[in-house]
Amino acid sequence: MTGEVRAEWPLYEVFVRGKRGLNHVHVGSLHAPDDAMALRHARDVYTRRNEGVSIWVVRSDAITASSPDEKDPLFAPSGDKVYRHPTFYSIPANVPHM
Amino acid sequence: MPDGTVPEHSTETAHAGPAAHGTDHDNAYAGLLVNDAHWAFGTDFEDPLAGVDTTVPDGVEPSVLAAYCLMLGDDALVASERISEWCSRAPDLEEDIALANIALDLLGQARLLLARAAAADPSVVPALPGDSPVPDEDRLAFFRDDRQFRNVRLAELPNGDFGETITRILLLSIWRLALFERLTGSRDAVLAAVAAKGVKELTYHRDFAGRWFLTLAQGTDESRRRVTAALTDLMPYWAELFGTHDVEAAAAASGVGVDPGQVAGEADAVLDQVLAVSGVDRPEAAPRAGVRGRTGRDGLHTEALSRLLAETQSVARAHPRGRW
Repeated sequence: MTGEVRAEWPLYEVFVRGKRGLNHVHVGSLHAPDDAMALRHARDVYTRRNEGVSIWVVRSDAITASSPDEKDPLFAPSGDKVYRHPTFYSIPANVPHM
Repeated sequence: MPDGTVPEHSTETAHAGPAAHGTDHDNAYAGLLVNDAHWAFGTDFEDPLAGVDTTVPDGVEPSVLAAYCLMLGDDALVASERISEWCSRAPDLEEDIALANIALDLLGQARLLLARAAAADPSVVPALPGDSPVPDEDRLAFFRDDRQFRNVRLAELPNGDFGETITRILLLSIWRLALFERLTGSRDAVLAAVAAKGVKELTYHRDFAGRWFLTLAQGTDESRRRVTAALTDLMPYWAELFGTHDVEAAAAASGVGVDPGQVAGEADAVLDQVLAVSGVDRPEAAPRAGVRGRTGRDGLHTEALSRLLAETQSVARAHPRGRW
């Protein structure tokens, strides 16, 4: 028996991979009592319509996020460096999801 | 690549259609291009009975096959209706959806099994006015009385708390999974296909319920008290699951069904395993008697079933010509 009883389950972020070869995409969040149940909840809540072949869950408090206050120092410097964009390549027509 | 080009080869002429996948080694992306309009969501659903031969196998009495399908179908239908009662009432949104998923899986099994019963022996289907558009499986679900239902009584008992529902799903899924694993070898191609699909669903139901049973048993004093009380209340209905009815014996003898008595040992072992890790003793429970030895499989139910049917059937019965 655990000593501590919390009223609310912790929040988890859910990532689903749609099919082989694609990357995991953040689809939403949910509450669950532990990691294993979070995976099952994610299966029930986010893959009911045949969306996934793989699921990742991670506790939301384990994610370190950037702050809106840091937006300019973090992201603005890359806005005018066009040479960093791979726009000088032609992508073959049959390469999807780019 | 400083010159701004990528190697070009024959990919311009590569096919994106499914037929080309087997031989198209030039294009690593070909497998990603199926149903590409919704590429973020898999939409490749399979019809579980596509291409399945629906003729009754040689040497099988159609009435036995139909009665056997009604038993398994009614178990799923009634359990599904009970679990559906949790919609909007579960302890948490996530559990609400999980229970609804389980109920829908069982409803899908019920639909296929009732349809199979009707196809094997049309005389089991209740008669409706000649111009009624109600399909056979709906006639069986909505136009039979409680004495004509063949489900085990464990499926029909009124809902208790969340711990009671978890315990009941655990007991039912342990038993049904053991049956369905054997049923995949049925001589009836439809039953074999239904079982193959159902095994995956029931494996998840058992995992979900077993995990929750353990969590509740090892949780707080209150959660443990509730889940052990539920087990004490439900275990008297456990023995009924393994009593072999004449129809089940005949279906097993002709190679289309499974004798539930044959899975008792395996089911007991699985249940004992869950109870052991949960630290819960198995209650000593005398089997709940039927009426002169007759129980759910004989059409003799608890009064809870007639109330459940009154609620679920009233709209369909008021509109026998209804189109839904």
